[in-house]
Amino acid sequence: MSAYIVLSWHDWLDLFVHYMLLSFMSVGGAISTTPEMHRYLVEQHGWLTQTQFNDAIAIAQAAPGPNVLFSALMGWAVGLNTGSYAAAILGAVITMVGIMLPSSVLVLVTTAWSHRNRELRGVRAFKQGMAPLVIGMLVSTGIILGSANRNPATDWPLWALSVASCLLIWRTRIHILWVLAAGAIAGALGLV
Amino acid sequence: MNPAPDRPRPQSLTDLFVSFTILALQGFGGVLPVVQREVVERKRWMTPEEFVEEWAVAQTMPGPNVVNLALVIGNRYFGLPGALSALLGMLLLPMLVVIGLASVYHHFSNLDAVAGALRGMAAVAAGMIAATGIKLAVTLNRHPLPLPLTLGITVVSVICIAGLRMPMLTVLAILGTLGCVLTYRALKP
Repeated sequence: MSAYIVLSWHDWLDLFVHYMLLSFMSVGGAISTTPEMHRYLVEQHGWLTQTQFNDAIAIAQAAPGPNVLFSALMGWAVGLNTGSYAAAILGAVITMVGIMLPSSVLVLVTTAWSHRNRELRGVRAFKQGMAPLVIGMLVSTGIILGSANRNPATDWPLWALSVASCLLIWRTRIHILWVLAAGAIAGALGLV
Repeated sequence: MNPAPDRPRPQSLTDLFVSFTILALQGFGGVLPVVQREVVERKRWMTPEEFVEEWAVAQTMPGPNVVNLALVIGNRYFGLPGALSALLGMLLLPMLVVIGLASVYHHFSNLDAVAGALRGMAAVAAGMIAATGIKLAVTLNRHPLPLPLTLGITVVSVICIAGLRMPMLTVLAILGTLGCVLTYRALKP
């Protein structure tokens, strides 16, 4: 399953620099850079197998926490492939710090500037002018996630579950974890 | 945008760290609905308007959106140490959980019940994200532009992104520019 590989210090540095570059490109979230990660890790260097790459994304999406944690899983798996847990920890730290550092610095500098200049008409126009679109993007993300690779004829219970949870979260104050648990149980019992 | 003195706010760096850890651990299939529920509805650290405005910034900058949002919230109350606390809260414990799950994943990935549970949770998560968008639409009531116009932009963006599957960056460039220019004109001093 896992390929045994050898990484030099130069390779680790290269991995770090590559993730820092990806960080700058990750407008719309780190998930938008996965094609480039795949090219680099799987195709170019062979540091990860195709299965390991897919699993990293799938597990991070199913697990709690921000989806960007798939980056840590990729670094972890690269390290494991070299044969040691120490390298796995190093890999996870390198990929997470790499993917987070440049974008975080940029965000902090930009928001500090925009907060100092928050009365400027341009700054207010940007923040408020984006609002209708930002809301539309959220609704769209929900729809896209809800309809990914599904056949309405056979998967209508999944659609119904999505719509029902949307209504519950929107109209009631029920705790999010209860709705998730209900979805998990319905799925585990084969109802959806 | 400065928080009023009597507004609820995070008490300390530890409060920020713990709060973000707890909410990140609830975020299966997306943390944003949980952040909105906790930060806006329960803790009331931000108004819905502030949330949408900061979300606009978080979404148009590089980096994971919810993590950007955590940075902005932490930074607003406690500066750089606050940003780091929120960031670490969002990532540290969830990272250990994810690595732990990855380590046991292969033993369970073949079970039908596990695959079914994940499928069910994914469907719920999709509904939650859409609901978050719908809930935030109330902020358009207090927008400088008239409601039919802002709602129109929202609906067109949903049709473009979810219906026509246009690239998000293209829609962002066109409708975002339109929204900003119109708002700029409406904000005439």
